[in-house]
Amino acid sequence: MKKYTNTGNKDTRSGFGDGLTELGKTNPNVVALCADLTGSLKMGDFQKNHPERFFQVGIAEANMMGIAAGMTIGGKIPFTGTFANFSTGRVYDQIRQSIAYSDKNVKICASHAGLTLGEDGATHQILEDIGLMKMLPGMTVINTCDYNQTKAATIAIAEHHGPVYLRFGRPKVANFTPEDQKFVIGKANMLNEGTDVTIIATGHLVWEALQAAEQLEEKGVSAEVIDIHTIKPLDEEAILASVKKTGCVVTAEEHNFLGGLGESVARTLTQNFPAPQEFVATQDTFGESGTPEQLMEKYGLNAEAIVKAAQKVLKRK
Amino acid sequence: MPNTQQLEDFVTQVRRDILRQVHKVNSGHPGGSLGCAEFFTVLYQEVMDRKEGFDMDGKDEDLFFLSNGHISPVFYSVLARSGYFSVEELNTFRLIDSRLQGHPTTHEGLPGVRIASGSLGQGMSVAIGAANSKKLNGDDHLVYSLHGDGELQEGQNWEAIMYAAAKKVDNLIATVDRNHQQIDGCTDDVLPMGDLTAKFEAFGWDVVEIKDGNNISEVLEGLKEAKSRTGKGKPVCILMTTVMGHGVDFMMHTHKWHGVAPNDEQLEKALSQNPETLGDY
Repeated sequence: MKKYTNTGNKDTRSGFGDGLTELGKTNPNVVALCADLTGSLKMGDFQKNHPERFFQVGIAEANMMGIAAGMTIGGKIPFTGTFANFSTGRVYDQIRQSIAYSDKNVKICASHAGLTLGEDGATHQILEDIGLMKMLPGMTVINTCDYNQTKAATIAIAEHHGPVYLRFGRPKVANFTPEDQKFVIGKANMLNEGTDVTIIATGHLVWEALQAAEQLEEKGVSAEVIDIHTIKPLDEEAILASVKKTGCVVTAEEHNFLGGLGESVARTLTQNFPAPQEFVATQDTFGESGTPEQLMEKYGLNAEAIVKAAQKVLKRK
Repeated sequence: MPNTQQLEDFVTQVRRDILRQVHKVNSGHPGGSLGCAEFFTVLYQEVMDRKEGFDMDGKDEDLFFLSNGHISPVFYSVLARSGYFSVEELNTFRLIDSRLQGHPTTHEGLPGVRIASGSLGQGMSVAIGAANSKKLNGDDHLVYSLHGDGELQEGQNWEAIMYAAAKKVDNLIATVDRNHQQIDGCTDDVLPMGDLTAKFEAFGWDVVEIKDGNNISEVLEGLKEAKSRTGKGKPVCILMTTVMGHGVDFMMHTHKWHGVAPNDEQLEKALSQNPETLGDY
């Protein structure tokens, strides 16, 4: 199988921060808003380089979303930064009415998504945000897998007109996608071609899916690995082409199995090509405190869990 | 520039439009709409510097945001009669396939509307954002917004009020329609908001009061005064006392017409108190 090299662990949020720094230089209409988490979101460089285009709103996320919506009037492209929990659930109605329904060109950039936020525990570990955001008409939903992809996505969404939810995380994780890989919204990345089972992963689970594919290869199973960074609009063509070939699928995400990538894939298959599917995702539960590794193991969100799911789904073919 | 009689005629016609819109579909919010007829008329006919036509960015012109979106009938009437779309379109208020949704939206592309509102408490943040955008663009035009007094019970307003003063958003004039009524009754019975002047001042705003928001001259003076206070480092608030249901005797001084349409007989009586001036649609 195709070999991927981790060029050194890096956090996806730094990919966002560096992408924003780049946009600061290249796009004068980009403005950034932050709700007292500049350091966590790595927005410090943008703030330092462009103080006139940086808006510290304090711990007031609802106001931040409204201000961002208003700033699009006059041609600005606002990027909001706070944790995923405070970027979605806390401000759902503000996003729904002032941004999504009003078709405002706001980029909602959300760090510390999912269990890998770690020790802070369930109050901060949102596992429902993909569902919340993908249900909003017109909202593009992106969950990036590594530093390079997050940086590329940050730059790419500035060129896309319309509201975007960009989800990334806190910990340092493998950085393995090519630095120069163009980010195309809505286009899946085929990482490894295989014939027995399709593994469709998003976010931090993409690297785990590659590890799982290696382990499966040792067991004589040929796994196709697809990185779905854009959950909405979903690359249904890539998914269907793969599942028609392999006949079964495992979806993997750091999110509740209700409302996440897995459900979007299941709907696509049900409508077009019904096939057995297993879900590597949290099972309608909140998280808890712990290290990211401990949590991903406890809640079944790692390579081992993907291998088990693949073996299970293969028997259902 | 229209004279006072022309403005009075405009207001009377707007009241007729409000009543006829809600009566036709037996739904909508006449009370607050009637109370704000003078404010909208003066704002759009006298005060705002507006360009011909409509584009979303609204550069080089004053902007207005309606936060308490349920008073859409008065907004639609004044937008139509200010040339944003034909007055005949008021016939489609709240009907299927209409651009005149129950609450204002940008979704159907109605000229004059720049944000959806209806879920309360969001408009001030949006107005601040638009004001920030104007400053970044070197555009010295102003941003106006309107809020219900009951709406101030929504916490997001106070985030916005704190922000606007702290960040010196001094190209914003936010008006509060102080009609002392909300759906469940008097604001003082539902949730008293105390001394709003003191509250806004404590947050660092410059406050102008319009004691009779149903008097055209007072509204005009108040808006002019507010305008003169912009650009001085503080956001400006107008606390404007109005009478809900103003202009229709049986609808005044009560919350009961907040979201209830008149029947045929009531409409006839209400219209007789507001004779046709500029021509019905």
